Parts: sequence; structure tokens; C-alpha cells
Amino acid sequence: MMTLKVNGQDHEIDADPDTPLLYVLRDDIQLNAAKFGCGLGQCGSCTVIVDGNAVLSCVTPLLLLEGKQVTTLEGLGTIEAPAPIQRAFMEEQAAQCGYCIAGMMMRAQALLQKNPKPTDQQIRAELEPHLCRCGTHMRILRAVHRAIRLMDTADAASVAPGRAQ
Amino acid sequence: MIGSVLAALVIGGAVAAFAIVWRPAIAAIDPPAPQSFDTALVRRGQDLAAIGNCNDCHTVRGGKDFAGGLPVPTPFGTIFSSNITPDAETGIGRWPEAAFRRAMRSGVDRNGQHLYPTFPYDHFTNVTDEDDRALYAYLMTREPVRAPARANQLPFPLDQRVVIAGWKLLFLRRGTYQPDGTRSAEWNRGAYLVEGLAHCGACHTPRNLLGAERASAQFAGGDVDNWHAYAINAQSSAPVPWDAEALFTYLRDGWHPDHGVARGPMAQVVSNLSSVPPSDVRAIATYMAGVSGAPAPDRKRRLEEVLAQARSPAEQASKTNAVGASIYAAACATCHETGRPLPYGGVNLALSTAISNPDPRNAINIVLSGVRPVEGERSPIMPGFAASMNDDQISALLRYLRARFSNQPEWTGVAKTVADARRTQTVFLQTSSGPHNAPADATQRDKP
Repeated sequence: MMTLKVNGQDHEIDADPDTPLLYVLRDDIQLNAAKFGCGLGQCGSCTVIVDGNAVLSCVTPLLLLEGKQVTTLEGLGTIEAPAPIQRAFMEEQAAQCGYCIAGMMMRAQALLQKNPKPTDQQIRAELEPHLCRCGTHMRILRAVHRAIRLMDTADAASVAPGRAQ
Repeated sequence: MIGSVLAALVIGGAVAAFAIVWRPAIAAIDPPAPQSFDTALVRRGQDLAAIGNCNDCHTVRGGKDFAGGLPVPTPFGTIFSSNITPDAETGIGRWPEAAFRRAMRSGVDRNGQHLYPTFPYDHFTNVTDEDDRALYAYLMTREPVRAPARANQLPFPLDQRVVIAGWKLLFLRRGTYQPDGTRSAEWNRGAYLVEGLAHCGACHTPRNLLGAERASAQFAGGDVDNWHAYAINAQSSAPVPWDAEALFTYLRDGWHPDHGVARGPMAQVVSNLSSVPPSDVRAIATYMAGVSGAPAPDRKRRLEEVLAQARSPAEQASKTNAVGASIYAAACATCHETGRPLPYGGVNLALSTAISNPDPRNAINIVLSGVRPVEGERSPIMPGFAASMNDDQISALLRYLRARFSNQPEWTGVAKTVADARRTQTVFLQTSSGPHNAPADATQRDKP
């Protein structure tokens, strides 16, 4: 039994210490934004934020998360009140099938929390670990640039503290 | 009388010192037109520049090719690579061929200034005039880039270039490679390339206190960019002994099923070697196989022991290091134990030199940073774990890997090495040229 902090809430988890975080999020806590893509840390669709860093949840065993803050896409905003990064992806219609998008948003969010004004080159380099089979890459890039502008005007800190650490 | 002897000694000493230190400037020329060079010569120069790995030091990540500016950390301070594009003001555009040849042969720039041996002229001195001509033709036909030299960060007196003249007196043996008549043409070609232009020893041979390669420990393993350049002589710690065929495949394709994928600074080397004539890579492999010699009889037995150990249940290692075992099971085994073929699957870690090597840095660097894929190519990939594991967890994992997949003694000081690697890797990845990655299959380049 261990306590896992996800989106500001404590969850008591009964799982082996080598269980991947992704399984716990989806199966135990029913947070289904993070997706199972390859299970090998090669596609990025399972990306979540742990203590401010983008992390591949499919290759992150539970035991590494003792005392850490996990943030999933659900923790950034809601359908009624989407976070700037979510609004930007919607406004640019950056999703086609959408399978990779939660991971893309989480890594972009982690980047913008650390560097609110990344260059196009920095965004491309940062999103390198993410695959998109539909080919909406240019829209995704536009969405991240839009998120930069939204956060600049709306204040990135509008995301509730303790949620997106 | 004594006075005049002293005066003669002082004057004689001064003349000798002057002769050692002073080199004349070579008159500048107007930058030659690219069309003035023979295309076949330029093409040969391109292959030679790839063998010499010139772009690796003379290009900054994301910067223009050969424009220099890469910080090279040394135990003495930081030296920045120079601009070797044909830019007239900031590059070598005004260098005649004789000046280029002198720089290669004896480490002196066009103005007569001594160059720091970070530029490996102790190897390049072996390069023939003919090859220098081809290299010159290649570099002089590149795009000129205006990029002024960055000032080196060296303490006094090392910032005085006079000091370099003394270093050369001690360590620079001038002269081109002399073939060994008792050996095959291929072996001699390999020796010429390895000891000369390819300058393998610059990384793989340990250096003395004055930064010169220790001739007595040639290819016994050295340091570069906070990676360990493995011993590639008889002391190699590769679980499967290298032979010429395996070396050829590895150098050409960037990976070998018995050894894994070339990483760290070696990735750029194999990337360059993927485009040069295969006969040159084969020559290098033939010569280096001779250097490492036939494997000692106990090598094969040791390998079999390690493989058996890796196949058997990990009870002992798991009991003493449950954290490391759990991390391995969840984060590593999905790729490293599923039998997916290399280079897309992970190598069986019992075959990994990084795990059997006395120095844990390479294994730590890979766990932290992973293996980044090459844009537009099929290539190996591994996620980095710097963001998801803290230093203690990485240390636990590394201790587990060492116990489970090698029969070597425990590494000492792993925790400190992890902390150091985390600091330095970040810097390395920001400044190194190119993607630092090997092509998965040289024959498939440009065919994603």
C-alpha cells in the first residue's frame, strides 16, 4: 500500500512497486487521459508531469513516485474551464485522432512552466520524443505557440497551485 | 672570460628558444574560388574529413558546419574549436594550402601561432601531403561562415602559446606514417588512418599529467566529454571479444548484435564512418583487431558465465537490492529482455560493455539521457530517465545491473558519479554537435 499524489489528491494504491504508473492511473484511479501507446517509452502518448518534469508513465514504476506530485491532463483544467494549453490545442484543432495529444500537451505544459518563451526550435526539440501518426505536427506546433500567447495574457499561474506543479 | 661564456650561453639559449618557439607567418592569399578545385579531389576530401571526424569538434549543435566555437573541456581549461570554413576574415579563407598543411603537420596557424594540441596534430602529422591537399580542397569549398573565434578559458601561464612549443618539443613526433613492409596493404592502410587522421587514440588512449597520450598505454581507455572511451586493446572489457568483422559492422552501421549501439561521442564517429568507402572502414577494423589481439582463453568462459547468470532467476541480486530490481523490471526489461532485434530492441545487458566496464559513467549517462532518435532516419531509441529517477534510485539501478549482468566487482562511488553525470550531461547535450546518434543501418540512410 502506498500513497500516490495525483492532481493534488492522495490515493491509496495497492499494487506491486514495479507496476507502471500508467496502469495505476488508468486502472486504479480511472484517469484515462494518459494513453498506452507502445509501452516502451518510445511514443510519448503516456506522458504525465511529475514534480514539474514530463515523464513517460509507462516506464515509470510506482516505487519512484513516493512523495512526488503527479499531474495528468485532467489536473490542468476541465471541459468547462480548460487550461491555456488545452484551449490552445482546441482552438488550433490540433487533434485528429487525438491519441498522442494528451502526451503532447503534458510535455508542452512542462516546457512552458520552465520556459515561458521557448523558440520554435526549442519546442520541436522538446516534443521530439512524441509520435503522431495522423500528421498534425504543424497544428501541434501552432497550438504550443498559441498557448505561449494565452499564458502570457491570461497568466500561466491561472492553473490552480498544487495541481500543475 | 666567465662573463663572455655566460653571455654566449645566454645568447645561444635565446637563439635556441627562438628557434623552438618562433614560426614565420605564411602570406595570406585571396580566397580561392570553389570552382578552382578538382571535384574528385573535393570528394576524396569529404571522405577524409569524415574519417577525421572534423565536423564533431568544429561544429556546435544547431550551428553551421565547420564554423567552430565548440567548447572543449580539458583538465587545463576550456578551449574553443576554430572556424575552418573558408570565410576570409574569421575562417581559413586566406590560408594557402601550405599553411593548412603546416597546421596539420605541426600545429601552427597561418600567422605562425602555435595551436593547442586539442587539435590532434600529434596524429594529423602522419597525414600525407596528398590527403592534406584533398582535405584542404574540401574545406575551401564549404560555405564560408562568419564566426569569430571565441576566447579560450585558460589560466596563466597556459594561456601563453609559447608553452605549446615546449609541449611539442616533448610530445610531438613529426613525420608521415611509414608503412610496415611485413604487413598487408589493408593493415597498413588501417594503421595509417587509425594513427593519423582518424586519431582514435585521442580519446581511447589515457593521457599523462601534461595532457599527452601515454604511449606505453596505447588504447587502454581514456576520457572524453565525461564519457569513458573504452579500452580497445587487449584490456577491452567487452563481454564478447571484438574481431575485425564485428568492428567493421559496428563502425559502419553504428551497432552490432553482440555489442549494442555506439553512443556518446562515438555516435558521431560511426555516423561519419557510415558514408566513407567501406574499404577504409575495413582497413581500420583489420588494424584494430590486430591491436586487441586474439582473445585470452578465459574470455569465452567468462562470457558464458555471465550469460548463464543473466538467464538464471535474479534471486540474489533482487534480495539485496529490491529497489534496483523493481526499477529494472518496470523500466528496462520491457525492451532489454523481450528479444526484439537490435538496434530497435535493447541489447541483452550481459553483452553490454557499459555494464562490464570498470568505469560506470557511460551506463549512467545512457540511463539519464537515453538514446535520441535521428531525425528522418530509422534509428535506435531509448527514453532517458533523468526526470523520473533521483540519484539514489539511479544508483540502486546501476548497482543491480552490475551485480546481475556482469561478474565484475561492484562499482565504487556510484552515487557521486551519478550526481556528476547529471550535472555534466546536461551541458554536453546542449553543446555537442549533431544529434549524436548513429544511423541504424547505413544502407538505409535517407530512406526513412
